[in-house]
Amino acid sequence: MASVPPVAGRRWRRPPVLIKDRNTRWIVYGGLLIYLALAMSTVDVNWQRVADGLERGMRFINGFLQPDFTSRSTDIYRGLIESLTMTLTSTVVGVLISIPIGIGAARNIAPPVIYYICRSIIAISRTFQEVIIAIFFVVMFGFGPFAGFLTLAFSTIGFLGKLLAEDIEDIDEAQAEAIRATGASFMQLINYGVQPQVMPRLIGLSLYRLDINFRESAVIGIVGAGGIGATLNVAISRYEYDSAGAVLLIIIGIVMLAEYSSSYVRKWVQ
Amino acid sequence: MPVSTTADGRKVWQRRTTGRQWAIWAGWFAFVVLLVWCWELMTRTTIWAFVYDAPRQISDLGNRMFPPRWSYIDRLIWPLWDTINIASLGTLLGIFIAVPIAFCAARNTTPSLYILRPIALFIIVASRSINSLIWALLLVSIIGPGLLAGIIAIGLRSIGFIGKLLYEAIEEIDESQVEAVRATGANGMQVLDYGIVPQVLPAFFGITVFRWDINIRESTILGLVGAGGIGLQLQSSLNTLAWPQVSLILLLILGTVLVSEWVSAKVRHAVI
Repeated sequence: MASVPPVAGRRWRRPPVLIKDRNTRWIVYGGLLIYLALAMSTVDVNWQRVADGLERGMRFINGFLQPDFTSRSTDIYRGLIESLTMTLTSTVVGVLISIPIGIGAARNIAPPVIYYICRSIIAISRTFQEVIIAIFFVVMFGFGPFAGFLTLAFSTIGFLGKLLAEDIEDIDEAQAEAIRATGASFMQLINYGVQPQVMPRLIGLSLYRLDINFRESAVIGIVGAGGIGATLNVAISRYEYDSAGAVLLIIIGIVMLAEYSSSYVRKWVQ
Repeated sequence: MPVSTTADGRKVWQRRTTGRQWAIWAGWFAFVVLLVWCWELMTRTTIWAFVYDAPRQISDLGNRMFPPRWSYIDRLIWPLWDTINIASLGTLLGIFIAVPIAFCAARNTTPSLYILRPIALFIIVASRSINSLIWALLLVSIIGPGLLAGIIAIGLRSIGFIGKLLYEAIEEIDESQVEAVRATGANGMQVLDYGIVPQVLPAFFGITVFRWDINIRESTILGLVGAGGIGLQLQSSLNTLAWPQVSLILLLILGTVLVSEWVSAKVRHAVI
């Protein structure tokens, strides 16, 4: 450690964490503080209503600790089946569509025109939240899991297409070059030069998206796109917190299961 | 070795043995059967007349939405400010709860490996598996509609995200620095303060800004269930079928998301 001469009246001070310049530091921290003060002051809270709600909050916590799986079991079962089938079909369809789009959106193998078309498809799909897309699909295709299926497939395309394209752009060019040098066609180049390099990650990403789609399927039901979200919405709006707790515990359980098994599969694939 | 014999007695190399080939084929077959079965189950209640009607609905919707009603913008400024506040204050709330949980969940800093760590990990998974819209739905029914429900919903959802990324960052720190600080005779808090925190601080700021960016996106829709912000306006416009207002709101959301993404990218670039 550098020896600090013991100057009278001076002590070692910790160096500042992020911003070295003192004035910028004051401006940034001061600005943040002023913003926070303004933000806090405009939050208008009806404390009376909150106090009334505390009793209901206790009931929710009780419902979460003693969930009621039985009295709404048919609704829960139907919602769960809808969610699970919607998740699986939409993930498979989304992955199948996103593969050509991902290949088209990779700068190193796609011609410029196709590159820009595919990139804009991805950008459109990634812009809005699933819930907003679901609202529109419900308006267009009617209530029910079919609209949810379309929503999830649509957002899968943007997610997987982008990540797959980035992955293809990162491949080892030497292998693709070697395949190209044998006189391979474009399809053969994809099949032998690109696919072996991106396959493990594609499988991992698809499993991750399966997990995300299940979680989202619980949300889009709130706007009428089927699935367990509809069951949850009904349970909460009827103040049946024990049934809502059961639904939430089922969601948490399935997500944990999916996370555990997907980490296992990813280890097996790589 | 996987070889097969052709009709005229020559041996041909194959990639897989016959048994393995059949097993893979059967696996794919089972997968397709499962898929078709799921499709049947899912579309059992679908009314196909509505689906066939969709192209007409789409063009109809396009016509109704097209000129956005620009004059509506002055009713959207306050909700937009509220939306940004929900995201920022929610992120702040999330940080306050997530940091201690992350330290409990990290294998190298947890006070008790067998009691506190599993609890912390369960909190992280529970918060991550439930979307902020569901938290908002619950909180609106518990503490009433308004900004507070939105802030708490965003905060609860952020705990899992920040907690998970932060505890992974804590587990990846360089132990030798901690060892060096401990060798000077520092107590537990001092080791934390001088050995661990400086190493995870850049990651922490990066994670926070990243989550803030995601929270801006999520807070735009919380109003759909009554938790304040611009989503309330979206909901009322949807309910009254005021499509020109809906398209204006969507444009505004798009602009906000782009700006927050830009800010977050700048800050993360500066920090890391």
